Parts: sequence; C-alpha cells; structure tokens
Amino acid sequence: MSKILVIADHDNVAAKKITLNTIDFAKQLIAKKGGSFDIAVIGNGCGSAAAGLTGYGAGAVHVVEHADLAHPLAQGFAKVVADLAKSIGADVVAMSASSLGKDAMPRVAVRLQAGMASDVIGIVDAGGAVAFRRPMWAGNLVGDVVIDTAVQVVTVRSSAFDAIAASGGASPVQSFAADPGASRAKFVRFEGTQSSRPDLTEAAVVVAGGRGLKDRFGPITEPLADLLGGAIGASRAAVDDGFAPNDYQIGQTGKVVAPQLYFAIAISGAVQHLAGMKNSKTIVAINKNADEPIFKVADYGLVADAFTAVPELVSKIKAVRS
Amino acid sequence: MKILVSAKRVSDPNAKLAISGDGKWVEGDVEYVMNYFCENAIECALALAEEHGDVETVALGVGESDETGRFVRQGALARGIDRGIVVSADEAIIDSDLIARVYQKIVEKESPDLVLIGKQSVDGDSNQVGQLLAEYLDWPQATFASKVEIKGDQIEVTREVDGGLEVVALSMPCVITADLRLNEPRFASLAGIMKAKKKPLDEYELDDLDLGDAAPKVRIAKMTTPSGRKAGVLVKDVDDLVAKLRGEARVI
Ligand SMILES: Cc1cc2nc3c(=O)[nH]c(=O)nc-3n(C[C@H](O)[C@H](O)[C@H](O)COP(=O)(O)OP(=O)(O)OC[C@H]3O[C@@H](n4cnc5c(N)ncnc54)[C@H](O)[C@@H]3O)c2cc1C
Repeated sequence: MSKILVIADHDNVAAKKITLNTIDFAKQLIAKKGGSFDIAVIGNGCGSAAAGLTGYGAGAVHVVEHADLAHPLAQGFAKVVADLAKSIGADVVAMSASSLGKDAMPRVAVRLQAGMASDVIGIVDAGGAVAFRRPMWAGNLVGDVVIDTAVQVVTVRSSAFDAIAASGGASPVQSFAADPGASRAKFVRFEGTQSSRPDLTEAAVVVAGGRGLKDRFGPITEPLADLLGGAIGASRAAVDDGFAPNDYQIGQTGKVVAPQLYFAIAISGAVQHLAGMKNSKTIVAINKNADEPIFKVADYGLVADAFTAVPELVSKIKAVRS
Repeated sequence: MKILVSAKRVSDPNAKLAISGDGKWVEGDVEYVMNYFCENAIECALALAEEHGDVETVALGVGESDETGRFVRQGALARGIDRGIVVSADEAIIDSDLIARVYQKIVEKESPDLVLIGKQSVDGDSNQVGQLLAEYLDWPQATFASKVEIKGDQIEVTREVDGGLEVVALSMPCVITADLRLNEPRFASLAGIMKAKKKPLDEYELDDLDLGDAAPKVRIAKMTTPSGRKAGVLVKDVDDLVAKLRGEARVI
C-alpha cells in the first residue's frame, strides 16, 4: 500500500497538462502496489488551479500558498513539499520532470532521506520489487532502477504517460500552512518566451527546425506550425546559433516530446536530438542530405531544400484541405 | 575565493555501448570523455578566476581512481584548475546520492565559496548531484546556468527553464550547475598539460571520508537496449508527402 503525493505543475491559474501525466503515473503505481494518491498545488493564489484538479480521484487536493512561492525557487519549494509529504505520510513523491521538478525534487529526496529516480518512463517488476524504468545515455539504454529507501522520490517523463481524463468525484480541497523558510537565493526576473502557440510538451503537432534554417528559422517553421495548430521546436544547434529561444530546444538536455506528428526540418538527427523526439507517433524529416541519421527514424523522409519544400508543403496542405 | 568544480569521466556517448554481463552497467572497455557539462563548469571556474583574481580552483572527480585521476589532470588541471581531488568509487554502483555525500565531505574539508557542477552526466542522465549537495549543505542553488556573473557579494545566475530564462541572485556559499550554453570550453594548451603533471592531486577512498552509511539508495536492477524505430520511406516530392500524411498516416 502506497500513499503517493503528486506535485502539480501549474501557473497558479490552472494546472498544466503535464500534471495529468503525473497523475497517470500515480495511478499505474497504485495498480501495482495498491494505495491512494493526493495532489499538492504549491504557489501563491493558486486556488483555481487546485479546484481544477478535484475530479481525478485524489484523496485530497492540498493547496499550499505563500508569497515566497509566487516564483518558487528550489530550496523553499522543496522544504514545503517535504513538510507536506511528512504530514500526510506519503511514501512516494512524484512530479513531472519539468524544470521545477528537476530543480527541486532532489532536494525533497534529501529532506525525506529518500532515493530518487529521474525521468521515469515506466513501472516494471524487478525480481519482486517495483522498479522504475528510466532512459540513460541519451535514451540509447534504459535502466530499471530499484529504490531501496522507505520513501521514494521520482520525476516523471510526461511524454511516456497519458494525460488522463477526469474520472469524476470531488476530492476535498485542503489548505496546508506553508513555511518555505529562509534562503540566500532571490528571484530577480523571468524573461518569458512569448508565444501564442500550444506548449511544446502538450502539442499534437511539433514543427522543429535545425541549424540549416539559419536566420529564416521563423519564416520557415511558423506558417506550417500555425496551419497545423502546432508548437515550434528546435535543435540545440539552432538555439546555440540564436535562431530560436532556449525554451524551444528538444532533446537529451532540452524538452522531450511525443506528439502525433513531428517535423524535423534541416535537423541532422544527432542522438541527443533523437532522445527528445523519437517516440513521436509519426516523424517527417525534410533534409537536403539523404545520408543524415534523421532519415533512420523518420516515417516519411523528403530529400529537399527546406527553403522551397516547406512553403510548398504549406500551400499544398491548404489546397487539399479546401 | 575558492571554487570546487566537478570533473567526471563518462563513456563516450558516441561510441557503441554494450551492457555488461550482469546487465547492470555498460562494459568498461570503451572510450571515455570528460562529461560535457563538467567541461562547462570547469570553463566557468577558470573564467571567474581570470576575471576576479585571487581565486583558488579545485577539481573533484569521483570514480575508478587511476582513470578518474587521469581525467582530472588532463581535463581540469591541464586547462588551468589549480589542484585536484580524486575519490575512488565503483562507478557502476555509486548513485547520485552517495556522490553528493562525497561532495559534502570534500566541501567540509575545503570550505569553497562556490561549487560548480555539470547539470547532468551524460551516462546516467540523472541531473541530481548539484541539487542533492545543495540540500545536504543547506545552501542555495541555481541549476541549469547559462550565465554566471559576480556582482558585489552576490552571484547573479541566468537559468534555462521551461518558458524562457530565469534570473536569480545568490549569496555565497552556493551551488551552481552548468548548462551547455554557459560558455565554450577551452582546450588545454601544451604548457598547461606540462604544468598539470606537477599539480597536486589528493586521493581518498570512500572509507577515508567518514560517510557513516556508505550504501547507495538506488540500484540498477537491469539495463536493456530499447527497441529502435524502423526507418520509413522516402517520398518522391511534396505532393507525395501530402498524399501519405493524409491518406496513410491520417495526420493532416
Ligand atoms: C551533452 C550534449 C547534449 C546535447 N543536447 C542536445 C539536445 O538536447 N538537443 C539537440 O538537438 N541537440 C543536442 N546536442 C547537440 C547535438 O549533438 C547536435 O549537435 C545538434 O542536434 C545538431 O543540430 P542540427 O541538426 O540543427 O545541426 P546540424 O547537425 O548542423 O545539421 C543541420 C542539418 O541541416 C541540413 N540542412 C542545411 N541546410 C538545409 C536546407 N536548406 N534544407 C534542408 N536541410 C538543410 C543539413 O543537411 C544538416 O542535416 C547535444 C550535444 C551534447 C554534446
């Protein structure tokens, strides 16, 4: 029997969809070990985000608010998570491998004397014990890891779990008094990437561009993304060269996505890039060099110059749709 | 000021990896390289030292002792780090938590003002050690740093996070984890390589460090190679692509 605490990702107003993938992880773990889960919504003025999570079968939704948690930093956030986990007797604490999850959850593990598994993609048996499956070596290998401590902390790779639908019911919303404690770290500012497009990790279509697009990265990727209601992603090289913001990076050290449809445009297909997209349902590669490794994972490969092929693709999709 | 910086060797991610006989790690007989993120951390330490003067830099490697020592010398001391420390440990067994506790013990001995660690190691890909260490020390942290500037008694760090960039200010002592866009790591010069041979390198066994319980909390039960994706087809032209995406894949 397990008591799982799911830490929600949210923007205070509403939960992010990746929270639902973490809930799916919790439900799968309960199916193996038995038990129940609670959800924590930690922030400032985040009551509406909590209210949106009452229909998923949690034992309780805990609202944890504090002025210092408006822009949560790892040290205070981790303390609050650990305090709540102790007070409800949680033996598993899970959050998505979002940047806050990666930043704060190891600190939670120390506070709970717990072992931690990062970026979990599955729950498997290992000789009678429950093991967490996770990618290693940029996903070239996977390891089934067993955590030997009584309390366990995980971050969950959202692309490997379903964004589950509400199951009905009404979990009680409870408030928990937060004390993030003192810290010598201060939030200074956030420089957000402006975009009206869907979140990369939530989009059904991702149009990703590489270094080959140069300073025409936007003019080539945007019309296709907008036509298909997709998000825009990038290779590390395109970000390094300043053609796309850091937040667009897909791969081992960027975001991991698994949309229905992924376009890799002028991307060579280095292992570190594949680590972030190779579980997409349908992959389309457009590259002028037929020998690139991206064609080894693409369902449909088009050997062509992106500067002419992509605009042509946009106009022909428009044509067949009308 | 004193900076402690990470220097970890990893099996070359571009090499063909084979899982060891017991299924719990990769076969040791491969090429190793310095973990890329540690190179960024080392570069950051050197740049801060050059900019501010009067900075002592110390590199720490945890792993198989001879090889780790070689990497600390060639990858860190030859680039300009002042001295090195190697803690001997079995890389197939030690987990992020135990590595962080080793760092904690070295921090207690060395009292650095700043610990700079690669944000993740490209073998295990756990992305935990810096954060674990910061909590063990009860220090503030800034992970995934793409810019580090000392401003008076504060360090201002730009972090790469979901949705954009976050700027935080820390007072020392603190932990910073390096991301790839932090800098362009320099190469070691010939003079640097010669000098490195004479730089001090202290070695410890885990037993020397008074760790209390030196058991890892997490162990690998089994490693496997994921089934790869099958290559699909090359389409003739854009018309063919549109037809397939619509007719066959039904995605547009
Ligand atoms: C530790 C580490 C972590 C990393 N993490 C990541 C990561 O998270 N994500 C990531 O993406 N990379 C990552 N990388 C970098 C990775 O190894 C590659 O360098 C990078 O993915 C290359 O990006 P690219 O394909 O855009 O550029 P390139 O490899 O330079 O490829 C450019 C491509 O564009 C094609 N091209 C050029 N012009 C045109 C045109 N007009 N039309 C069509 N095609 C054209 C070329 O044929 C080529 O295939 C990491 C590397 C390291 C060492």
